[in-house]
Amino acid sequence: MSTETLSGAAELRAQLHGLPGVDRVGAEERAARLATRSIKTTAKAAAIDLAISMVDLTTLEGADTAGKVRALCAKAAHPDPADASVPRVAAVCVYSDLVGVAVRALEGTGIGVASVATSFPSGRAPLEAKLADTRAAVAAGAAEIDMVIDRGAFLSGDYTKVFEEIVAVKETCGDAHLKVILETGELATLDNVRRASWLAMRAGADFIKTSTGKVSPAATLPVTLVMLEAVRDFRAATGRQVGVKPAGGIRTTKDAIKYLVLVNETAGPDWLTPEWFRLGASSVLNDLLMQRRKLATGVYSGPDYFTLD
Amino acid sequence: MPDKTGSERLAVRKTYKLFIGGAFPRSESGRSYVVTDAKDRFVANASRASRKDARDAVSAARKAFPGWSGRTAYNRGQILYRVAEMLEGRRDQFVAELRQTGLSKSQAAAEADAAVDRWVWYAGWADKITAVAGSANPVSGPFFNFSTPEPTGVVAVVAPDSPLLGLVSVVAPVIVSGNTAVVVASEPAPLPAITLAEVLATSDLPGGVVNVLTGHRAELAPWLADHMDVNAVDLTGAAPGDVPDLEERAAGNLKRVLRPDGAAWTAEPGTARLTAFLETKTVWHPVGV
Repeated sequence: MSTETLSGAAELRAQLHGLPGVDRVGAEERAARLATRSIKTTAKAAAIDLAISMVDLTTLEGADTAGKVRALCAKAAHPDPADASVPRVAAVCVYSDLVGVAVRALEGTGIGVASVATSFPSGRAPLEAKLADTRAAVAAGAAEIDMVIDRGAFLSGDYTKVFEEIVAVKETCGDAHLKVILETGELATLDNVRRASWLAMRAGADFIKTSTGKVSPAATLPVTLVMLEAVRDFRAATGRQVGVKPAGGIRTTKDAIKYLVLVNETAGPDWLTPEWFRLGASSVLNDLLMQRRKLATGVYSGPDYFTLD
Repeated sequence: MPDKTGSERLAVRKTYKLFIGGAFPRSESGRSYVVTDAKDRFVANASRASRKDARDAVSAARKAFPGWSGRTAYNRGQILYRVAEMLEGRRDQFVAELRQTGLSKSQAAAEADAAVDRWVWYAGWADKITAVAGSANPVSGPFFNFSTPEPTGVVAVVAPDSPLLGLVSVVAPVIVSGNTAVVVASEPAPLPAITLAEVLATSDLPGGVVNVLTGHRAELAPWLADHMDVNAVDLTGAAPGDVPDLEERAAGNLKRVLRPDGAAWTAEPGTARLTAFLETKTVWHPVGV
């Protein structure tokens, strides 16, 4: 290892450890306070449509088939077949071997295909394997790559390894956007979440994403608050804007709207578009559609009237 | 109030709340209304449920439906017998609450006994209704052909003003066959319904199978009759003038509707209330396979 890399590593560590600590109680209190905002009538209708357009419709099961992915793509393009005014979702998120199926199914809709890569969800594979996974997804037409960081290396303090992996994957991505999954459920503290956010952004992430959805707890409001503060501060420091994607555990319209309030009050309205904020979820879409129909018809709707995913 | 020894004891008053998904929440609206006795004296403040409480109750009932309808009829019967045992244990409390509604001591005792008996009577139907309402049908072909009654789903019940016997007589036949219920309690006398909820909460009945709302019927019933995730409505306790409107709303998703029939609660109940919330599934099965 050259002296230059060594001094780079020391500088990285110094920066990450020089970040101000997160007041956990304060973050939870702030997130809880913002979650009590009451969003009603026309504001609620606008928030529901915005939330639908931010959804990364996701299926990440071992049992996924080409048929299931095609069904999901049809839903992504027309979330409510009975109502053409419903906006389409932001992207469809699948495993890398199903990217080709999703790309063909979404041709002409303008919806991007996101692919998890780098041996999702654990990230425990040799770097060459992770890069091959990424290359395959990009070659199949993925517009966005969701990579996982090496939490083991991060927690044992080997920031350089994590940093270099992200840089290598970013290079492999080419034009595809890179979302970096921090898996905050395994990072233990909000201080670590802040450090991992900065680490990922410095390494070139276009988006930082809370979780894989395979570890509990997945996305929570305090964690997302810390990440939103990080992207805000990062833009102030460097001028580069980075997106945020909470994923996992967002099931109801109420949850989704809480996140939108959090974005608006923390990072600001600049982030309040599908380009800079996404919701990684699948079940929330049906609840958003049910609420939308309730607002339109004045009658509570039921899950029987929407697709099963 | 001074007790026998003459010392002052602080009264421990009861807060009457809703029963949703096995828990006892206050109304999300924070509202309550005054419940008075037959002589118009203050008895308690009961929660006044809002449309959102009704919505939550329907979600809880829907969530409980697969588990409850998936149990064996025998098991449902056993749980309902267990409820009857708990009802018997609360007899004194029910009698006291019935007396507040204007019944004499002996009338209240008779009604409490009749309510327990009614519950036991319906509990016995759990493993018999399939044999009575179902059939093995002769068909012209090499098939076994069976018709079996299946629960219809989530049933919204507007309970009548007979505060205990009437309540028991509308709730038991809904749940015994595997339906789950959202019950709007009697508006003037909701307290026995809350006590019944406490009985249900302590007798192995899974949370969400019965949900009890107290409040204004005219406010809650339209939301339940409109709700697309409700499969049937029992309008027994609805004001006669409101019934046509509620039926019209219920037609939105073709709910089963049970109209008020005005029969006395002490009369022999028969199976009409049981079969009103069943639907028939017919299965063809080739002989010899």
